[in-house]
Amino acid sequence: MKKITSMLLAVVLGATLLCGCGGAADTSATGTTDDTATESTAADNSSASTGATFKIGGIGPITGGAAVYGNAVKNGAQIAIDEINAAGGINGAQIEYKFEDDEHDAEKAVNAYNTLKDWNMQLLMGTVTSAPCVAVSEKTKEDNIFQLTPSGTSVPCTQYDNAFRVCFSDPLQGTASAKYIGMNNLSSKLAVIYDSSDVYSSGIYETFAKEAANQPFEIVAAEAFTADNKTDFTTQLQKAKDAGADLVFLPIYYQEATLILSQADTMGYKPTFFGCDGLDGILGVENFDNSLAEGVMLLTPFAADAKDDATVNFVTKYKEQFGGDIPNQFAADAYDAIYIMKAAIEKAGCTPDMDASAICDAVKGAMTQISVDGLTGAGMSWTADGEVNKDPKAVVIKDGVYVAMD
Amino acid sequence: MSFLNYLINGISLGSVYAIIALGYTMVYGIAKMLNFAHGDVIMVGGFVVFTMSTRMGLSPVLSVLVSIVICTLLGMTIERIAYKPLRNATSLAVLITAIGVSYFLQNLALIIFGSDIKLFTSVVKVKPLVIADGQITITGETIVTILACMIIMTVLTLFIKKTKAGQAMLAVSEDKGAAELMGVNVNATISLTFAIGSGLAAIAGVLLCSAYPSLNPYTGSMPGIKAFVAAVFGGIGSIPGALIGGILLGVIESLSKSYISSQMADAIVFSVLIIVLLVKPTGLLGKKISEKV
Repeated sequence: MKKITSMLLAVVLGATLLCGCGGAADTSATGTTDDTATESTAADNSSASTGATFKIGGIGPITGGAAVYGNAVKNGAQIAIDEINAAGGINGAQIEYKFEDDEHDAEKAVNAYNTLKDWNMQLLMGTVTSAPCVAVSEKTKEDNIFQLTPSGTSVPCTQYDNAFRVCFSDPLQGTASAKYIGMNNLSSKLAVIYDSSDVYSSGIYETFAKEAANQPFEIVAAEAFTADNKTDFTTQLQKAKDAGADLVFLPIYYQEATLILSQADTMGYKPTFFGCDGLDGILGVENFDNSLAEGVMLLTPFAADAKDDATVNFVTKYKEQFGGDIPNQFAADAYDAIYIMKAAIEKAGCTPDMDASAICDAVKGAMTQISVDGLTGAGMSWTADGEVNKDPKAVVIKDGVYVAMD
Repeated sequence: MSFLNYLINGISLGSVYAIIALGYTMVYGIAKMLNFAHGDVIMVGGFVVFTMSTRMGLSPVLSVLVSIVICTLLGMTIERIAYKPLRNATSLAVLITAIGVSYFLQNLALIIFGSDIKLFTSVVKVKPLVIADGQITITGETIVTILACMIIMTVLTLFIKKTKAGQAMLAVSEDKGAAELMGVNVNATISLTFAIGSGLAAIAGVLLCSAYPSLNPYTGSMPGIKAFVAAVFGGIGSIPGALIGGILLGVIESLSKSYISSQMADAIVFSVLIIVLLVKPTGLLGKKISEKV
């Protein structure tokens, strides 16, 4: 008996250790670097004299595991800057653009920031990924430099009043999803399956449930799972099915979603599945039967195959300039970020001879007054705490590819 | 009708716990040590079958056989390298070593296969059993898993009772020293126990991955711990106990998910375990062996 007790204690200890390393779900990109033709473009206008140009710095991972994101941002912003400069610049002044690598590392991001500061950067577009973005936001706050992140989704990225973002924050995706489902009448009774042990997933669920109260649908089942119990979803699905849910909202990562899709298929339960950016990647899972993902909807701000003029123009230019690559949502976020900066600078009436701190004070006030039409949303506006208001957009998976929803 | 569905979900889940628990309880019962790497041997078994049948397109039966052979060899190697030198050390030292082996296997798989999940193609070709106009479905995997549990349980019990090697195992489990004096080769017997336990892990791995087809380096760790709980629940060391413990655990988990709270399911399962152990410290079917002084 004593032996068993002591062993059990040790087991509990062992279990806690094992649990810690279990659920490392992450959407970080695979390590393909495709930065052909991007190196030379960064310093195009560097010959212009200081004081006559706006100096915009960018930070993001252009090498390493998250390089796909960083390169997309770097290139997307470059297209916007070239367009603006060709059309006469901001308040008559050209833009100078310099992009520094942070390898998706908080410390390297701060070094990159210091390099840009030595270059006399006036505004910062970045950083691309959340953890470095939080680190850099401490620095921009200290130095009072305006910061606009195209794609940092975690909440503390915009914790200070000088920082704004183009994308939805993690929890705001819940609000956006609820609005989207309501606006498009996708469902009258829906179920949610979320990971209650994960801050991303439960954060989205909470804001989703809050917004659902204002929407014309009803949440008939809200089922949770935890990192330690994420192989069997049949009970959760059975409850959703019994409750008559015709849509299942999945604010989770694609790893678990693949299991949910196949278990629902085995049960013969065929609702619409709707997810957030965590589902992005589901089509790349080895040996996953992509036909199971047919009809799955994802909340994402940009679909490269959309037919509106702005998207077509952007995609064409991007492909021409960057070796035929099709831009992803990060590129679109960055493109919008530059136009948002332009709108805010014009609204604030800043001139290039102002110092970074003065520009920051003027621009952060202007951010809450502007409205920008971009690739990732029409009529985007901002609150003083840095969050964006825009209509959510979604894509649906058809024949194994993302297709824009009308 | 939905109650029946929840019950069947629980039995499916429980049968997977049970088949893993059989290996745990077998090794504990004979060698008196908790092999925490058992869950990770299961993961290795899954990866072997995945590589052979899904990636290389070999026949599922052949892949399962190869997987059993590889896992058996792996189990014997682990025993030889990591546990044998500690034969006379305290049981806690062996337990920590087992946790070390578990991490080693996980990290090795991480290096070889990466952290991305892989979807496992089920090797079970049995048609699901549909009753009551399609309202209730029992998957082929569940049927095969339960049958496999029954067969393994029977064969193991017969093996221990009827064969010389099995008798030697019993002797070693009761008293290593005395068994050695009576001419039993203790080291070979414990090696054989690990070989059988790991072979069972390969079968469990295949059935686990067929029922829940996502495979990554951590696939075995949580089911391994749950199965250990099931083994303790049923009475560790008892072979029928592992089966009953596993199925009960699955059913309790599924019913608490459906009728109480999907968030609290694990907490409820473990509370039940605590209560059972308070009332019956040896588990449901565990034997109380009084030690003579």
